[in-house]
Amino acid sequence: MASAFVPLRVNGKARAAPAPVKKDAPVERDARPAPIPAVKAAKIKSAQVKAKAPAAKPAAAKAAPRIAAPKAALPKAAAGVHKPVAFDEMTSFAGSGPVTPEKVREVYRVFAEWQATVPAKEFERKRKEAELLFRRLGITFLVYGKESSTERLIPFDVIPRIFTADEWQIIHDGCCQRVRAINAFLHDIYHNQDILQAGRIPAEEVLINPQYRPEMQGLDVPGGVYVHIAGLDLVRTGERDFYVLEDNLRTPSGVSYMLENRNVMMRLFPDLFSAHKVAPVDNYPAHMLESLRGLAPGVSNPTVVLLSPGAYNSAYFEHVFLADQMGIDVVEGQDLFVKNGHVFMRTTKGPQQVDVIYRRVDDDFLDPLAFHRDSMLGVPGLLAAYRAGNVTLANAIGTGVADDKSMYVHVPEMVRFYLGEEPKLSNVPTYVLRDDKDRAYVLDNLDKLVVKEVHGSGGYGMLVGPAATTKERQDFAKRILANPGNYIAQPTLALSTCPTFVAKGIAPRHVDFRPFVITGKTQTLVPGGLTRVALIKDSLVVNSSQGGGTKDTWILEA
Amino acid sequence: MKLAIQHTTVYRYEAPVNYTIQYLHLTPRTASCQRVLRWRLETPGQVIEMPDAFGNLMHVLVVDKPHDEIAIRVSGEVETTDTAGVIGSETESLPPGVYMRRSHLTEGGDAVADLVSPLRKIVSKDRLDGLHALLSKVSAAVAYRQGETDAQTTAADALIQGSGVCQDQAHVFVAAARALGVPARYVSGYLHVGLGSGDNASHAWAEAWVDGLGWVGFDITNGISPTEAYLRLAVGLDYLSCAPIRGVRRGGGSEAMDVSVQVNQGSLGVTPTVPLSPDGGQAQ
Amino acid sequence: MLGRSANHLYWMSRYIERAENTARILEISQRMALLPHVAKKGASEWQAVLEIAGDVEEYKKRFGDITAAKVTAYLTLDRENPSSIWSTIRAARENAHAERVSITSEMWESLNATWLEVKDLTPDMLGKNGQRDFFDWIKERSHLFRGITFGTMLRDEAYNFGRLGTFVERADNVARILDVKYHVLLPSPTDVGGVIDNFQWGALLRSVSGFRAYHRVYHDTIEPSRVTELLILNDSMPRSLHSCLDATVSLLGMLSDDKPTEAARLAGEVHASLHYGKIGDIFRTGLHEFLTVFLARNNALSAEIQNSFHLAA
Repeated sequence: MASAFVPLRVNGKARAAPAPVKKDAPVERDARPAPIPAVKAAKIKSAQVKAKAPAAKPAAAKAAPRIAAPKAALPKAAAGVHKPVAFDEMTSFAGSGPVTPEKVREVYRVFAEWQATVPAKEFERKRKEAELLFRRLGITFLVYGKESSTERLIPFDVIPRIFTADEWQIIHDGCCQRVRAINAFLHDIYHNQDILQAGRIPAEEVLINPQYRPEMQGLDVPGGVYVHIAGLDLVRTGERDFYVLEDNLRTPSGVSYMLENRNVMMRLFPDLFSAHKVAPVDNYPAHMLESLRGLAPGVSNPTVVLLSPGAYNSAYFEHVFLADQMGIDVVEGQDLFVKNGHVFMRTTKGPQQVDVIYRRVDDDFLDPLAFHRDSMLGVPGLLAAYRAGNVTLANAIGTGVADDKSMYVHVPEMVRFYLGEEPKLSNVPTYVLRDDKDRAYVLDNLDKLVVKEVHGSGGYGMLVGPAATTKERQDFAKRILANPGNYIAQPTLALSTCPTFVAKGIAPRHVDFRPFVITGKTQTLVPGGLTRVALIKDSLVVNSSQGGGTKDTWILEA
Repeated sequence: MKLAIQHTTVYRYEAPVNYTIQYLHLTPRTASCQRVLRWRLETPGQVIEMPDAFGNLMHVLVVDKPHDEIAIRVSGEVETTDTAGVIGSETESLPPGVYMRRSHLTEGGDAVADLVSPLRKIVSKDRLDGLHALLSKVSAAVAYRQGETDAQTTAADALIQGSGVCQDQAHVFVAAARALGVPARYVSGYLHVGLGSGDNASHAWAEAWVDGLGWVGFDITNGISPTEAYLRLAVGLDYLSCAPIRGVRRGGGSEAMDVSVQVNQGSLGVTPTVPLSPDGGQAQ
Repeated sequence: MLGRSANHLYWMSRYIERAENTARILEISQRMALLPHVAKKGASEWQAVLEIAGDVEEYKKRFGDITAAKVTAYLTLDRENPSSIWSTIRAARENAHAERVSITSEMWESLNATWLEVKDLTPDMLGKNGQRDFFDWIKERSHLFRGITFGTMLRDEAYNFGRLGTFVERADNVARILDVKYHVLLPSPTDVGGVIDNFQWGALLRSVSGFRAYHRVYHDTIEPSRVTELLILNDSMPRSLHSCLDATVSLLGMLSDDKPTEAARLAGEVHASLHYGKIGDIFRTGLHEFLTVFLARNNALSAEIQNSFHLAA
C-alpha cells in the first residue's frame, strides 16, 4: 500500500517505548502524537513508535500541503504495524502490567495509596450511589424514540483524573491564547478581513463557508467578544504533550457535568478530598453570569436569560441546571418577542426587557426572518435587535466559521497573525480532503486514519479507519469522492489513558478533556473541565452518544 | 430620468392578528445610477431603520395590537441615470467573494452545471463577454411565463421546467454565474416600461462582479443591462435575503394580499399622501 | 414567571382534575344505568354523559348510535377523543414534562408513572368490573398527585397557578355532574321521592365523595335541595362550587400582587353569588339555568385568567 503522497515522510524517527520521561526535557512544539494500531494486537510487532515529525518540509513539496502542522509519521503497513503505547496518566509509559508503587507518577501517589486500601466492592457501591445521586439531580440526557423518550444517564466513573498545577498551566495558557486568537479572528473577518487580504487564509474558505454570516459584517459586538464560552477538546499523548482536537465555539455543552461530577465526588469521597488540594470549580456559574452581565448593552441592571430549544432538546437538563445556578430564566423562542428594536419576554406580570441572551440555539434557528424561515425555535426580529445593539448574544452569531473543521487547520496561524506568538497548544495534524494530494494520501491510508465531516459533531458521520471493515472503508471512500470538501482526516491518536473502574476492576481507558474558557471583560478558565472516557477497552471514541462516560477532573493546587 | 413610484401592499386577515413583525426592503439607496430625491414609507405601526447585511436600508415593522389588516405604502421620486448597467463598488459593505455563497433558492444542481459548461472558456477569456453570453443563454432557457412557479421555486426547478417569472430568471442567472466562478447577486427593484404599456411593476434582475467595473446589472427578462428605466431597491444572495416584505404573525387565520405598483416618469402627483392610520409610523 | 410556564402548570392541573371527574361522571352513570327504569328510557342518559364530557357530533360521526359500551369506550381510552381519560392524562403529562423543572421530581415521577400505565391500555383490557377498578384507580392517581404536590412543592407562583387550574376545572366539572342528574336524567314525576330517586341522589353524592358529608351535615334523609345546597353553596364541602371559588379568589389575590386584575374581579363576582346565594332562589330560577350561567361565567373566568396573566402568547 504505497502512498502517492510525496511530501509525507512515511517513517518518522522511531523511538522505542516505553520511553523514559525526563521531567526537564524541553517540550518540542512539533512533537507528534503517535498513531494508534491499525490492526489487531496479535499482529503487532514489538517496535513501538512515538513518532516525530520531519524537521522541515521536504523540498520536493512545491505545492504546499494545506495542513497547518506537519503530519504525523505513520507506520507503513508493509513494515509491520506498530502499536504505540498510550501515555497512562497514573503510570506514564509503564505498560499494562500490575500497578506497583514505583510506577505511579507523583501526582497520583496519594490516590494510589488510598486506592490500594479500598476493595473493588467498595468502588461498585460508590458507583451505584453516584448513579442514584445523578438520577435524583436529574442530570440525564434524553434519547428520543418515536413514541416515547428514555432518559439516560451518561455513565460516571468514580475514579478522578488528576492534573498537576504545572500541567494545568500548559492547558490554561494554551486554551486562553487560542480563544484570544479566535476572538481576534472573528472580529477581523467580520470587519477588515486583514488575515484574508494578507493571504494567510484563503478568502473563499471563509466567505463561502456556511457558518460565516454576512449579517455580522461591520457589526461591533459588546466588548469585541464573539466567543463568550468556548469548549476546547484536548487530547494528551505524553507527559507534557497536549493537542487540540477541536474547538467548540457555537453552543458548547458539557459544563454541567464538570460541576455535577465534582458535587457527587465530594459526597462520595470526602476523605480523598481532604488528602488532596483540589482546586474548586463551583464558581463557574458566577464567573459566567458576571461575564454575561458585563457585556450587556448599556443597561445598569441587565436581565439575562438562557434561550433553549426546549424540553425535547437532548441537553435540556444542562440548560436548566446552568440557568438555575446562575439564577436566570430558561426561555424558549415563543417566550420572547421583539418590539421597538428590543427583545422582551412574556411573563405573568407583562413584558420584561431582555438584555443578554445566553443562547443554546444554533444560528440557523435564531431568527426565522433572517435564517431558516421555518424555524419555530427562534425569535422573529432577533437579528434586527442584535444589529441595533440592543441585546447581547452569547455566543455571537457566526462563530461557527472558526470551529469548522476545515478552519481548524488555520488556528495556529491565527495565533501567530493576531497575537504575534507561537501557539502553546498544537493542532493534531490534519489532512484537508479538498486538497488533491491530501486526498490521495488519505484514500490510500484509510485504515490508519480517522475521517470526519467538516461540519459534523458528536462522533456521527465519521470513519475510524483502524476499527472499520474493508467494506465500510470502501463505502466511506465513495462518500469522500462525492464531496471531498466535506471531509478532513487525522491520524488515530494514542489518547492517554486513565485508571477507570470497569467490570473487571480498575483498568486504563482512553480519555479526552474539554475545559471551558469564559471570555467577558476578562478571560477565565475555571480549573477543571469535562473528562470523557471511552469505557470500552481500547476504544478511542469518547462521545456520550457512542457509549462514552465522564470523570471528575482534579487540578491539584501547587 | 425622473421616476415617481407609488407602491402599496395590503394584507387582510380573516381573524385578528395579535402580533406582526416584518423586515421591509422598500427603501432605495442613492448609488451611481440613481439619486433618491424623496422617499416616504408609511406603515401601521412603529418601524426602526437599519442597514442590513448586504448594505440595503431595512426597516423593521412591529404591530403588537390586535389588527386585521396591514397596509404598507411607499412613494417617492428618484433621478436615474443610464450607466450601461455598471453599478461599481462604492457602497459595498461586503467583499464580492461573499456573493459566491450558496443559498437554497439559487441551488442550480446539474441543470445549471450543464447550462454553463459551454461558457467556461469565454468567461475566463473575457468575463463581461461571457456574462452577456450567459444572459442570452438564460433568457433563451427560461421563458417568462407567469403562474408556473412560486416563491419557493429554486434555480434548478425553474431551469428544468424552462419557465418562470423575473425572480426565477434572476435566480438561474445568479446560480449560473456562481457556477462559473463569478460572484453574482439578486436585485429587487422597479421598472418603468413607458406610457401605455401598463406593465409597470416590481421587477427583479441580477448583478455580477467584473473586476475593474465592479457590479454590472443583467436583466434576463428583457435581455439587456439595466437602463435609466430601472430603480434598484435592494440586493442579496437571492430573493429571500432582500425580499421587499418578509414577515411573520401570530394568529389571523388565512390571508389575502393586494399589491399595486405605479412607476411613472416625472413627479408624484400633488395629492398629499396621508398616513394609513393615526399612529402610522413613517420614515423618510 | 414566564407566562408559558404558568400556562403549562395551570393546564397540567386542569387535565388531571378533568381525568378524575370524567371517571366520576362515568361511575355515576354506570350506577344509574343499573336501575330498572333506565332500560325503558333507552340511550338518553348516555347522550347526557356525552354532552357533559365529550363531543356529541364527533361521537355520532365515528360511532353512530349511542350505547353504554361505546360511550364508555369513547370517554375512557379512546385515542382520538381529546377529552377521553387517556387523552387528558397524556395532556397533563405533556404539560408536566415541559415544566419538569418547576415541579418536584416526585410530582413528575408520579404523573409519568400514571401515563406509562394508561398508555397501552385498551378497552378489552377492562372487563365489566375492570371499568369500576379503572375509575377508582384514576381517582386514586389524581389524589396521589394532588397530595404529592401539596407535600413537596415550593409555595410560589408556580404552585399557585397549578392550584388555580385544579379549582377552575373542578368547579366546571362539579357543575356538569349536577347537571347530569338534574337536567338530563330528569326523573319522571312519579319517581320523585321514590326509591329510584333516592338511589340516584345517593349515587350523585357518592360520585363527588359527598355521601357521608351529607349525613354529617344534615342528619337526615336525602333530599334534592339539600344535596344541591351541599354541592353548590356549602363552603366546607371541598368539591362544592363555593369552595372552589373560595380557593380561586384567594389564589388570584396572591397572583395579582394586590393589583386589580379583571380575572380577580370576575372571580369575586361569581364568588359573591355563591357566598350570598340561597338554595331556594336557585331552585326558583331553575337549577339547570343556574348551572348554565355558572358554567359560562367559569369559562369566561378561565379565559380572563389566560389574558390577565399573559399565559398564552
